[in-house]
Formats: sequence, structure tokens, C-alpha cells
Amino acid sequence: MATQSPVTAVLDKTQASQPPRLFLATLHEWVTTVDHKKIGLMYIGYALFFLVVAGFEAILMRIQLAIPNNTFVSPQAFNRLFTMHGTTMVFFVGMPILFGFGNYLVPLMIGARDMAFPRLNAFSFWVSAFGGSLLYFSYLGGDGLYGAGSAPDVGWFAYAPLTARVFSPGHSTDYWTLAVLLSGIGNIGTALNIVATTICMRCPGMKLNRMPLLVWLYLVTSMMVFVAVSPLTAAQIMLLLDRYLGSHFFDTQAGGSAVLWMHFFWIFGHPEVYILVLPAFAFANEIIPVFSRKAIFGYPAMVAASVGIGFISLSVWAHHMFTVGMGAGANTFFTLSTMVIAVPTGIKIFNWLATLWGGKIRYTVAMMFSVGFLFQFLIAGLTGIMLSASPFDWQLGNSYFVVAHFHYVLVGAILFMIFAAFYYWYPKMTGHMLDEKLGKWHFWLFLIGFHLTFDFMHIPGILGMPRRIYTYEADRGWMLLNMITSSGAFFQAIATLLFVYNMVWSYFKGPIAGADPWDAWTLEWSTVSPPPAYNFATIPTVESRRPLWDLKHPEDPDTRYE
Amino acid sequence: MSEAVAAIIPHNADEDWKLPSRGIVGMACLILAEASIFIIFVVAYIFYLGKSITGPTPHEVLTLPILTSICLLSSSATVHFAVSALHAGKQSMCSLWLALTVLLGGIFLAGTAQEWYHLIYHDGLTIRTNLFGTTFYSLVGLHASHVIVGLFMLALALVFSLRGDLTSRHTERLEVLSLYWHFVDAVWVIVFLVVYVLGR
Repeated sequence: MATQSPVTAVLDKTQASQPPRLFLATLHEWVTTVDHKKIGLMYIGYALFFLVVAGFEAILMRIQLAIPNNTFVSPQAFNRLFTMHGTTMVFFVGMPILFGFGNYLVPLMIGARDMAFPRLNAFSFWVSAFGGSLLYFSYLGGDGLYGAGSAPDVGWFAYAPLTARVFSPGHSTDYWTLAVLLSGIGNIGTALNIVATTICMRCPGMKLNRMPLLVWLYLVTSMMVFVAVSPLTAAQIMLLLDRYLGSHFFDTQAGGSAVLWMHFFWIFGHPEVYILVLPAFAFANEIIPVFSRKAIFGYPAMVAASVGIGFISLSVWAHHMFTVGMGAGANTFFTLSTMVIAVPTGIKIFNWLATLWGGKIRYTVAMMFSVGFLFQFLIAGLTGIMLSASPFDWQLGNSYFVVAHFHYVLVGAILFMIFAAFYYWYPKMTGHMLDEKLGKWHFWLFLIGFHLTFDFMHIPGILGMPRRIYTYEADRGWMLLNMITSSGAFFQAIATLLFVYNMVWSYFKGPIAGADPWDAWTLEWSTVSPPPAYNFATIPTVESRRPLWDLKHPEDPDTRYE
Repeated sequence: MSEAVAAIIPHNADEDWKLPSRGIVGMACLILAEASIFIIFVVAYIFYLGKSITGPTPHEVLTLPILTSICLLSSSATVHFAVSALHAGKQSMCSLWLALTVLLGGIFLAGTAQEWYHLIYHDGLTIRTNLFGTTFYSLVGLHASHVIVGLFMLALALVFSLRGDLTSRHTERLEVLSLYWHFVDAVWVIVFLVVYVLGR
């Protein structure tokens, strides 16, 4: 900065004009970048690519299940489809998209110039991206080309002994294991980076109790990654040892235990749900207050509830195993601990409602997705409480009811908030607004499709339709319900394509956003859109939770109330 | 869409603002993640205790590695002295303590190698023999691989120190490395108790 004035960031709307760049130079710049914003965008880009791929797999499955005795895909191909769909959605869509937003937003929100370890950040991204490519390379490998085997068909949970050499010859399971192992290493690296950034890189005045709730939630999420993803990494190492060196961890013929794999997998698998949903809460914590024109209600309670969810979620994994036969003591413990999670989650929902209460609500597309999230997350939580009661779970375990429940969480809550986050932060990332009209079409189409699919999916579950079957007989009474479910999937697909189109169109034709299009309060809106490589010309100093509110309203700053 | 407001954030230069070091926080996170991995392997070891269908059993083949354990645990002290020496600006003392650390760690590793050689070629225990072999080699091997990584880093620090490139400005970096080494030692205490004391 040339001036010596105490000015940190001047919001100007002029985009510095740059000479056109050669394609190779641009590519080289992106491949070698250590800038947290570019890495964040690359995470988001590759997650969106896999979202479309895994969504396509879901569509194929729904076509197969739309009518009874269908022969659209073979049973083997169906097994591969649901394995790849689940694995991709969790490891190569959910995690990278949320870490992408974290990468982009956390340094901006705490007033830092970059992450604590920029090169580790780039390493984590490329390792994760390589994992995703490796998983899909198994499809290209085909049956037996260079002994490559083909796409994994053991389910995203890879239960033992399905994964043993005898039941899973070839290398499909090895592709799965290595892909998940690599993505786990990348996730641990990114989580480490986010924790170190949050603790060590905050700008002056950004005390822990002044951090935006988004940063708090990413801190909790990252801490959970250390204690949840690492066990998965350990279990993957064991599986590789079993398959390559002939050890007997999960080999029941030699006294090994298949249930031990379930424990190790779900010690990761259940906290994983909260690793995915806490960033979704984080987006809601930023979006709902801005469009209600009120500060978030109950900031300390929100932080406490998030930390509480983080701790409790580590003691609920075996509710995935009620039907395994663990005994009454274990079932009771895991029933109760699962139900206890409803308490901090309820605190969050009530705080969001209290934030909306009496607010001047602006129904932008981001806000519409957030309100949809509130209702759908409530329903998802209620069916979750139903399933956490072990006697009820004995009836519905491994039925379509369970599938409907967790898609309500993953799509109805998490994906809705991811869409909201796109509409909210896209202007910051690109400098252009997303088209609101197209966005409303996207919202309503997706909402209708979502409810057609997943509301009606509960019922065949109650009627006894099991998961993971590739077809069914016509006389079971599931036919109409499956038809409705499948038609809903098409609505969702069309809406998602509309969204992708909107992003591309708005990048070139969307109106210029300016630095602060939503009249928001956190630090990322104080710099230009898109932010320069160094984020802030001068590192800002903050004195309250809403630094930009203090600037815009010097007559009524937040600092008076602290 | 509102007009962009000129954001002027007052900068209070003389405010005291101290935050923890990145290296130490990062290493603490890595240790937390590594500890979770070790816990899973320890749980597997304990879960499969006495469940091997065939021999040999731990009681028949394992001997307590007292000497090498003493070497490894004392290397925690020597690396601490190396950091203190560097902090005080005594570079040659730092080199000496680092060399001693590498030597003690090397003795431990040689002890593990000898133990494994004996187990494989005299007792016929490999990773495929039974559940004991499976869990023993994976848990002890995971620890040994961490010792190898630590020794490599310490040897690198020793080379820098001998060349005179390691000065008191780098105290914090050496401290981060020593944190890792302390962790490797602490894990050995657990492994020793579980495998050689409880498991026998």
C-alpha cells in the first residue's frame, strides 16, 4: 500500500483489467498455486464434477428400480453403481466441497492472508483429487485389463468378509481402499491446516469469542476429522495388509472378526455425518442472520452446542449395528447416546428460529434454501430419533426407510445448505451475482424433486423393501411408490443441471457484485470481489463479532454491547 | 443489492496480540491424528489377545526388550537437551546431543530388527501365521515406521547442525521435531505395556 493512512481495505468496484493470458500459463498457475482461494475453488470444482457423476449413477439406479423385474442394468453393475455412488458422494463430493468452502472462507473471515501451511494445503488437495481419479480409473480398468479388476462392488461400507480375497478377487476392492486412504490423508492434512490457521493466524482483536460461527464450526469439524478419519485410515491399512500380506484382521476362517471391521468403520462413519453436517450448520449461521437483518441469537449457546455435538457424536457409532446382535447393554447405551444428540441439535434449531423471529427477512435464493434446510433437517432429525430406538431399528434396519432417513440428512440438510452457500458466496468468489430468477427455478424444482423422492421412499421401507436390491417382484405393492421416487430423481437432476448452467452463465453475463452485495457483516466482505492474492491490503483489526456492522453504523456499534 | 460501502477498519498498531506458534499447533494436531491411528491398532491387538487358533503364542516367543526400551526412552531426554543447548546458543553441544539421540534410536531400531529376524527365522512367526502375528507385526511395525521417520528427520537436523546451519533462530523447529520424538516414545510405553507385559 502506498498510502500511510490507517485505511486497511478500500472497497472499489473497478476490476483491474488484466492482459489475456495463454491457456498453458493459466493452467500452470492453477496447478502450482498455494493460494488458499484457488485451492478452495479447485476443491469445489472437482467436487461439483463428482456431484454430477455420482448423481448420474443415482439416476441409473432409480431407472432400474422404477418398475419391477427391470433388466436395465445387471445385478453386478447395480452393486457397482451403489458402491461408487456412496463412496463418491461421501469422500469426493461432501468432504471436498465443504473443505473447499472452508479453505476459501476461513482465512478471509479471520483476517489472515493465507492458511498456516500453504504448501501442505496444495498437497492435501492434490492427494484427495488423485484419490478420486484413482477410484474412477477402476471403471476404465475394465474386467481384467492388466489384472486391473473393475469398479468396486462391496458397498461404501465394505463390510468384511465381502472384501476378503476369496469374495472379492481382482483389484476392485484395492482401488476402493487406496482411494479412500488417499482422501483420508488429504482430509487430515486440510483439517490440521484449518486448526493451525484458526488458532495462530487470527487478525488482531479476533478473540475466540469474536470469531464468526462459521470459523468455530470448521474448528470443531477439523478436530473431529483427527479422531474420526484417522481410525478409518488405520482400518484401511489393516484391510490392505489383509489383502496383500495375508494377515487375518477380518478373516473369520483364522479367528478374525467381521464385526471388528463394522466397529472400526462406523467409528469413522457416524462422526462423518457430523463432519459433513457441521459445515452446513456453519453456512446457516452466516446466511440466516444476514437475510434476517439480526445478529445470530445465542452465539455462546451455538458454540457450546457445536462442541457438544462433536463430543457426543464420537459415542454413537454402534447404532449402525443394532441388528448385528451386540447385546442389551450395548444397545441401550447407543440408543441413549444417539438420542442425547437431539438436545444440542434442538438448541441450534431454536436459535435459528429465534434469529428469524421478528427479523426483516429477505427471501433471496440463499435464504430460501436455508429455510428449506430448517424444515427438512427437522424431519431428518425426527426419523433419526425413530431409528435410534433399537426395537424400532430391528424392524427397519437395512430397509429403504434408512435410505430415506440418511438422504434426508445428506440432501435435505447438507446439499440444501451447500446450494445456499453457493448463492451467498458466489459473488465473492467470482465478482458476479448468480441469476436469482434461474435460482428460484432451481430451488422449486429441486424442492419438489427432493420431496417426491425421499418422502415416498420411507413407505416402501416400512412395507418391507430392503436396501441394495437390484429389482423386486410386481406383487409386493412397492411399484407405484418406486415410480414416484424415481420420477423425483429426474426433477433433482434437471434442477442441478440448471444450477450448473446458472453458474457458467453468471460467470460471463451475471451482474457485477461489488465488494458487499448482501450488506453483510463478516470480514470477507470488506475486501474486493474476487479478493486479491493477499486478501487484505492491510491486516484488519476487529473489535466485535460484526466488524463491518461497526463500520457501517458508527452510531450503534456492536462494541457497545460487549 | 446495496452500494459498496468504503470499509475503513481502524488499525490499532500498539495493541498486544500474541498467538501460539503454527509449528507447535500443527504438530499437536498431527499427534492427535496419529494417536487415533495407534489407538485403533492397540484396540485390535487387545481384542485378538488369546484368540489365535494356532501357535505360537506370545508367551512362547516374546522376550522383554528391556535394553532397547531404555535406549529409546532416554533418547527423549537427549533430544530435549539438544533443544535446550540450541536455545542457549551452544551449537556443538546441540550436535552432540542430537548425535546421541540418533545413536540411541538406532540401537532401538536394530533391536527391533534382531527381534523380528529371530521371530521369523527361528520361531516361524510371520504376519500370516496367526492372529498374534497379524496384530504384533502391524502394531510394532507401525511404531517402528514412526521411529524410522523420526530418525531420518533427526539425522537431517544433525547434518544441518554439523554444517553450522542450525542456529538458535531454529530452536522452534527443532522443538517441533522433538515433540514428535516424545510422542514416538510415549507410544512405545503403551506398546511395551500392551504387547510385552499385558499380552504375555
